[in-house]
Amino acid sequence: MANPLKCDFCPKPATVHLTKIVNNKVHKVDLCEECAQAKGVTDPSGFSLTDLLLTSSLDPESGTAGTGTCEQCGFTPADFKKHGRFGCPACYDAFKGLLEPMLDNMHKGVTHVGKVPRIALERKSLYDRLTKLELDLTDAVKSERYEEAARYRDEINQVKQAVGEKPAR
Amino acid sequence: MTIASLIDTPCELTDSASSKTAIVLMTRVRLARNLAGKSFPGWAAKAERAKLLETCREAVAAAPQMKRGLNVTVEELTELERQILVERHLISRELSGSKGGGGVVISKDQTFSVMINEEDHLRIQVLRAGFQLKKAWNAINDFDSGLEAELDYAFSPTLGYLTACPTNLGTGMRASAMMHLPALVIAGQMEKVVRAVNQLGMVVRGLFGEGSDASGSIFQISNQTTLGEAEEEIIKRLGSVLNSIVEHELNARAKLMETDSRKLFDKIGRAYGILQNSHLLSSGEAMNLLSLLRLGADLGVFPEVNRSLIDRLFIEAQPGHLQHAQKGEFEPTERDLLRARCLRAEFANFPRPAFVNPGQN
Repeated sequence: MANPLKCDFCPKPATVHLTKIVNNKVHKVDLCEECAQAKGVTDPSGFSLTDLLLTSSLDPESGTAGTGTCEQCGFTPADFKKHGRFGCPACYDAFKGLLEPMLDNMHKGVTHVGKVPRIALERKSLYDRLTKLELDLTDAVKSERYEEAARYRDEINQVKQAVGEKPAR
Repeated sequence: MTIASLIDTPCELTDSASSKTAIVLMTRVRLARNLAGKSFPGWAAKAERAKLLETCREAVAAAPQMKRGLNVTVEELTELERQILVERHLISRELSGSKGGGGVVISKDQTFSVMINEEDHLRIQVLRAGFQLKKAWNAINDFDSGLEAELDYAFSPTLGYLTACPTNLGTGMRASAMMHLPALVIAGQMEKVVRAVNQLGMVVRGLFGEGSDASGSIFQISNQTTLGEAEEEIIKRLGSVLNSIVEHELNARAKLMETDSRKLFDKIGRAYGILQNSHLLSSGEAMNLLSLLRLGADLGVFPEVNRSLIDRLFIEAQPGHLQHAQKGEFEPTERDLLRARCLRAEFANFPRPAFVNPGQN
């Protein structure tokens, strides 16, 4: 910190220093005058420190961007740097390492404590169970374990009923 | 419901006439939701976006809250219709300019609106006139739970609702209030307020969100963070920040009346004169003049019942609404002419100001 600070966005010396405290955590952004203007720091109504923190923490030189591709959608860390958005929900798994330090800066905590979509999750677990039972059933029939197969069939009917019984809304 | 009939129905903001909600014009809560296993709209290929739009539209339009509502794609809307929806805060500028696959479903009373394929697959929003954070949250929570029965949301037990931008991760909730803060602006205290509010983890923006200016002394205050705190907690915290801003605004008003009532009355009187007599008015200037008259109504310079007219004009003086009312598309200078003419007519029979300061004899 002894050297004159460089702007977080360009190589010019930083003259604007922003400090924000969220939950006793200090977040700092250093900017040169032009970048400060360009980012709207001087306009109190249209400026969000979070957006600055988001993009500045992704400096490729800092090495946090890393490599790798999301298997689900083909998104890369470079894409994230460019768009500031992820490609699909699976990116959150694929880029965990990139994400974690960022979240710490960005949010009050790093773990969700709010609403949980119970109905959707329940339905998903029922469907997952159904899929597994159907596989088991095919398996059992194939290897002529008929007693087991009958049990699977009954279970399948039960789960199907549970799914069907769910009111549409 | 068609877009034409929706536009001809006044919306929530224009109806906020209750005296208790003079400073908080409108409350809004929005939830960002995405479908599991699908690319976010900004990354999805065109065909996938089109498919997502159909899936989402069907589920959203089937919600009981959307009965007899409007259900359109962005492409179906004219430029002007989009602009009107933006001015009513029913769609975002981003959706209005989206390249394809965007859609919106709006309830008949215009309190619910769901944008499809904006930044996230779903942006659910509830608007309420006045200071109604808890009611707005309850309404949107019910709506969201209903939708969840039809759609598989992208959700992680540790990270919550997964959103295109990590700044919305967790609850995916942004709760905000639109506040009229003329005295804080006149007294030059707004910058201080913005800083204090920022320190509390809330954001202050202009009337039309990110990057917009604060003409008319109208500001949007919303929560900054979405992860690590439950929805009810965020709502509670925002509510107490809003209450304290209301208090500061009231104090600033009292102080102005006590120390500088002549200057304040001069501003209000001039605004009244200009609105009754001008021939060229930009929307920014009109907003600032209307803001002063609204402050006048709050201070008893004008009868309180007239505030609803001012609130209506806040919206109707916007370029989209103005052009719709004048049945055509006009260049900005022509618009300023038409706006001035329309405001002259509206204020022709507006009661004269009665400048009485209860604090001074």
